[in-house]
Amino acid sequence: MSTDTLTAPILTAKDFATDQEVRWCPGCGDYSILAQVQKVMPSIGVPKENIVIISGIGCSSRFPYYMNTFGMHSIHGRATAVASGLKATRPELSVWIVTGDGDGLSIGGNHTIHLLRRNFDVNILLFNNQIYGLTKGQYSPTSEENKITKSTPVGSIDHPFNPMALAMGADATFIARSMDRDPKHLQAMLTRSHQHKGASFLEIYQNCNIFNDGAFEIFTEKGSKLNEVIFLEHGQPLVFGAVKNKGIKLDGLRPVIVDLEEAASTDDLWIHDENDFYKAQILVRMFDDPRVEGHFPRPFGVFYATERACYEDVMRLQIEETIATKGKGNLDALLRGKEVWEIA
Amino acid sequence: MNTHEEVVQDVVIKFAGDSGDGMQLTGQQFTNNTALLGIDLATFPDFPAEIRAPIGTVPGVSGFQVHFSSNQVFTPGDICDVLVIMNAAALKVNLKSLKPGGRIIANIEGFDNKNLRLANYPEGVNPLEDGSLDSYELIKIDVTKLTREALKDFTDLGTKERDRAKNMFVLGFIYWMYNRKLDNTIDFLEEKFGKKETILQSNIKVLQAGYNYGDTTEAFTTRYTVEKAKMKPGLYRSIMGNQALSYGLIAATEKSGLPMFLGTYPITPASDILHELSKYKSFGIRTFQAEDEIAGITSAIGASYGGSIGVTTTSGPGMALKTEAMGLAVMLEIPLVIINIQRGGPSTGLPTKTEQSDLMQAYYGRNGECPMPIIASATPSDCFDVAFEAVRIALQHMTPVILLSDGYIANGAEPWRFPQSADLPNIAISFKTTLSEGENKFLPYKRDEKFVRPWAVPGTAGFEHRIGGLEKQDITGNISYDADNHQHMVKIRQAKVDAIANFIPEQKIECGPEKGKVLILGWGSTFGAIKSAVLDLNAMGHTVSHAHIRYMRPFPKNLGDIIKNFDHVLIPEINNGQLVKIIRDQYLVDAKAYNKIMGIPITKGELIEKVLKMI
Repeated sequence: MSTDTLTAPILTAKDFATDQEVRWCPGCGDYSILAQVQKVMPSIGVPKENIVIISGIGCSSRFPYYMNTFGMHSIHGRATAVASGLKATRPELSVWIVTGDGDGLSIGGNHTIHLLRRNFDVNILLFNNQIYGLTKGQYSPTSEENKITKSTPVGSIDHPFNPMALAMGADATFIARSMDRDPKHLQAMLTRSHQHKGASFLEIYQNCNIFNDGAFEIFTEKGSKLNEVIFLEHGQPLVFGAVKNKGIKLDGLRPVIVDLEEAASTDDLWIHDENDFYKAQILVRMFDDPRVEGHFPRPFGVFYATERACYEDVMRLQIEETIATKGKGNLDALLRGKEVWEIA
Repeated sequence: MNTHEEVVQDVVIKFAGDSGDGMQLTGQQFTNNTALLGIDLATFPDFPAEIRAPIGTVPGVSGFQVHFSSNQVFTPGDICDVLVIMNAAALKVNLKSLKPGGRIIANIEGFDNKNLRLANYPEGVNPLEDGSLDSYELIKIDVTKLTREALKDFTDLGTKERDRAKNMFVLGFIYWMYNRKLDNTIDFLEEKFGKKETILQSNIKVLQAGYNYGDTTEAFTTRYTVEKAKMKPGLYRSIMGNQALSYGLIAATEKSGLPMFLGTYPITPASDILHELSKYKSFGIRTFQAEDEIAGITSAIGASYGGSIGVTTTSGPGMALKTEAMGLAVMLEIPLVIINIQRGGPSTGLPTKTEQSDLMQAYYGRNGECPMPIIASATPSDCFDVAFEAVRIALQHMTPVILLSDGYIANGAEPWRFPQSADLPNIAISFKTTLSEGENKFLPYKRDEKFVRPWAVPGTAGFEHRIGGLEKQDITGNISYDADNHQHMVKIRQAKVDAIANFIPEQKIECGPEKGKVLILGWGSTFGAIKSAVLDLNAMGHTVSHAHIRYMRPFPKNLGDIIKNFDHVLIPEINNGQLVKIIRDQYLVDAKAYNKIMGIPITKGELIEKVLKMI
């Protein structure tokens, strides 16, 4: 028996559940996300006490109460900023931010983009249900145009955010999408988010069965999923369709859908490369309205992953280098300053 | 040369010119030079909000007032003895603050037609020439011409660069007039321009030229000396408010052993704390220039949650933006220091002018029942002690603390008998890492006798717990919407803040008798004006006392008793009457207000006048 097993008991998903009653609406997509996060946590190799989940406000933001780790349910839109301060001072912690389309892209949009550009090594789980649930059914910044909601009785005139493109624009170093109804894929994406060194932005399509039921049905239900979803895999061609009969190739900078049963061969297809910044720009823009004829399938998986120095590491390095060259601060020298005089 | 030397006790000089004329630097150099001689002093920089308002205009005037004396100094002075004036606009703005018969040292070139027009003097009127200044002692110097003359051998320099040194000429001349040495300014210039040899040499040359001008021009026959002040023995240095405040924070991180994190967003007049603290990485201080005021405070909350001392700095409008997050910190019951360097308001208000108008905001400006301790600094050097105390209270009482300073003390300077590190108390804190006897699980809202909850930081195995902004069940910290529990929690959060009164010093009388007719009760930057007014009133034979409140919430336990020992209570404030309302509310006394809301400090003279009318 190795000493590891003696000192670190193997945990299971149950160890990450709390004694608090989970209070989301029955049938909410959040249940699945919670289950997948609890399943993944024992395998990421981080002691439970070093995991912190920080949320803002909204249905998704109740998440920390249901995770038996350290956690903070903060204020609307600010989880990303709270997490920035925590990670800056405690780089060894595994910090997870749970937010929604309203919390993370509307009231907290500012902090989201700034966290991404600074590249703190944290994981953002953005539960996107394209609606305001906790305030009972107003449109959100990801709701489609013309959406009828309580606050838009004749249709929303707001153009929606494309969260992936927004993250790309903020120079995020890891951008991925998954969905509540595909537990295996979600688990894989959660694991990848954790493994990425830097800010991970994982958008999770989450069904709000009360105020926006079926918003993502076309991507999640068996009948349509195969034709509407393209799963991205590094090094693999972009193939989709009921019998993998369709693919995407690049015609210059334009993606084009090709029918693999006809002339096209898989050799011409776009091979997914997570590290390709330019192709990622095209990929995040594959964001058509699925109701429009000839639309592209919606990509899921890791769109883009790259490495860039993390804010907290450089911050620590500056301190260490200063101390190495100048020595540790001396309070008496500081208080005395350069010019003193004596009164006898 | 027949110069004679005269000893004077007390001088107020104001350097004023265009904001591009280097008046702040000139004033600071003169201040340091004065301080190093052991002369007591206080300064008041007064500059425009615009970085560069149109050159030569009234809005572009920048001033620096310094009051120095062989007696103790508490204010930068009500009225100036000497005005050093670089252009017509500067005279226009400042003439009203010169005493009758005072001295004006004017730069002739600043009164050419263009400058006179820009300062809105009527066509053909030049105050230097028309006799309107006859009741003053007017010294006209062609500073620009003399500066250019001094630099005629510096052929590398263009006219613009030469003219930029003219403040050094003025400084050199004032050094001569007050019998000073040039050493400390030459050292300063060497440090500032060390690598730019030509610029360095030209500045030194002009500084000396100004000094020599005084020495060789027969018109000036008198030099003045101000002798050392009788101050408490010890080692002194000069200190500015925001600098002292930064040092107080650094001292607190050293004395508590906890790392410090500053989350902030630049805003006048608080930004200098960010600039200052960002220099001290050798003390392990992390400074984070956030994307906005809200991220400033919430990142600090995140840092506090992780076991650091979270600090955020701002001024009025930024304070308003941080309000919701302050409520979160009250609910989380974690340490946090929120520093508000007040300025004129409302809205953007007067960014570079001083005011004490955020006291109500600090007291009441949050949603819900949201009590927070408040502490206020009175003078530049006092900012050190107050910052240290703010951290101590935050850590030992697990609460956010508001520290109120203002633009006047933030930028003002005074001599400081700085403490030794060994004389500062340790700030004892402890994280919760083990269960106490009788506990079988961690209870994050189980309080001690001070009503303070335990602090268990992430990384502590077995102490995983969740906290948030929703109302919590007593003891467990679980979410609770129970009616009785909410009432209990509101009361206990208030009781926790009230209990801090048991852990702060009692209020003392600053000067005057313990009982009597009039008590002047002040807080914050009115300290100097009140103290000097009361000393003068006492010298005139009036029984007037001064008490100055540092602990604004909760008040010291004996404050009510002190107030009740006087027939009249007068509360001067640079606002429309804020502390006066709180005092009336808490102690049911008929306190009277004296308010000045002009963006400038209350003067000693106007206070004396007010008190004389009362008694």
